[in-house]
Amino acid sequence: MNREERAGLGDWTLDVLGPPGQVRPVVSAPAAVLSRAGGEVDPTAEQTVRLAADLVATMRVAPGCVGLAAPQIGVGARVFAVDVTGHPKAGIGHGAFVLCNAVVVEASRWKAGREGCMSVPDLTGDVKRAGHLVVEGALPGSGATVRLVTNAFEARALQHEIDHCAGLLFLDRVAGAHAVYQRKVYL
Amino acid sequence: MSELAITVIGRDRPGIVADVAEVLARLGANLTDSTMTRLRGHFAMTLICVGPAAAEAEAALAPLAADGQLLATVRAVVPDAEQTSSGAPYVLAVHGADRMGIVAAMTRVLAEAGGNVTDLSTRLAGALYVVLAEVDLPPDVAAQVTARLAATAADLGVEVTLRPADPDLL
Repeated sequence: MNREERAGLGDWTLDVLGPPGQVRPVVSAPAAVLSRAGGEVDPTAEQTVRLAADLVATMRVAPGCVGLAAPQIGVGARVFAVDVTGHPKAGIGHGAFVLCNAVVVEASRWKAGREGCMSVPDLTGDVKRAGHLVVEGALPGSGATVRLVTNAFEARALQHEIDHCAGLLFLDRVAGAHAVYQRKVYL
Repeated sequence: MSELAITVIGRDRPGIVADVAEVLARLGANLTDSTMTRLRGHFAMTLICVGPAAAEAEAALAPLAADGQLLATVRAVVPDAEQTSSGAPYVLAVHGADRMGIVAAMTRVLAEAGGNVTDLSTRLAGALYVVLAEVDLPPDVAAQVTARLAATAADLGVEVTLRPADPDLL
């Protein structure tokens, strides 16, 4: 396994994942898989690469979806996809990528913001997240360990997905008794 | 000056707040603390006001309840000195499949530790039940309460987290 540490994604692109993955059904809360910490994966394993491709494919077909973690498609593993490209709240952006076994190594500039989740489709909530973030994780396929420095919306998305991999939902972090909101339904 | 605790609840429609507030304003009642919110299609107002006698307020609100769509209650309460809390504020979050007794069991754990719930809301969204509570806990009980909440949550098959409330002020 290539353990060389690089800043950013280096030459990694989605092409590493091979043919497009399958769109998988998204699991909604309450579901046990969403509340269990995912297991560590071998980022070079064929199974992990397929999982990564499925996450990207499933994220792509959901309008407005900027991230999706393995537990959300029923797999208890520490793998997630993120893509905040073009989002109005995005600052630094690394495009579309997948990380395995990611951990937060630095977090600062905490700021409250509204979050939703494909696995909690009817609610949103106010959650405080770090606006400046350093994350380390492994890229699927090459297995290279990377260190990503990011901010703003991508930082929020990464923290949300890393939480999923630890069995946590945004509901576990909302700021107070009235910090969860019904999504508006327009008839 | 008497202090009144008033509740109004009924099927939601435009104008409930305006109707009730207008009646109270005409009586010279001064609204102090209140919450007014829609709960699954019902509109619920809970408020404290200062001014008129309870019987006066009751009589003035009666026409609003006459069509059976709104229920209003009025009672005189003893004004309380501002409560000072010696506890530290925490936020409790519980979520899981809806079932009987989640709020009862979780808040009992808090109460037994001397915790005082200062705000609580629940939401049922499809099959997902969410409880969020703000609670003041006495010093040095948080770890024990966390463990007891976890055990109770496991019995109920729900998830629980207890975190210190964010003390940041702008």
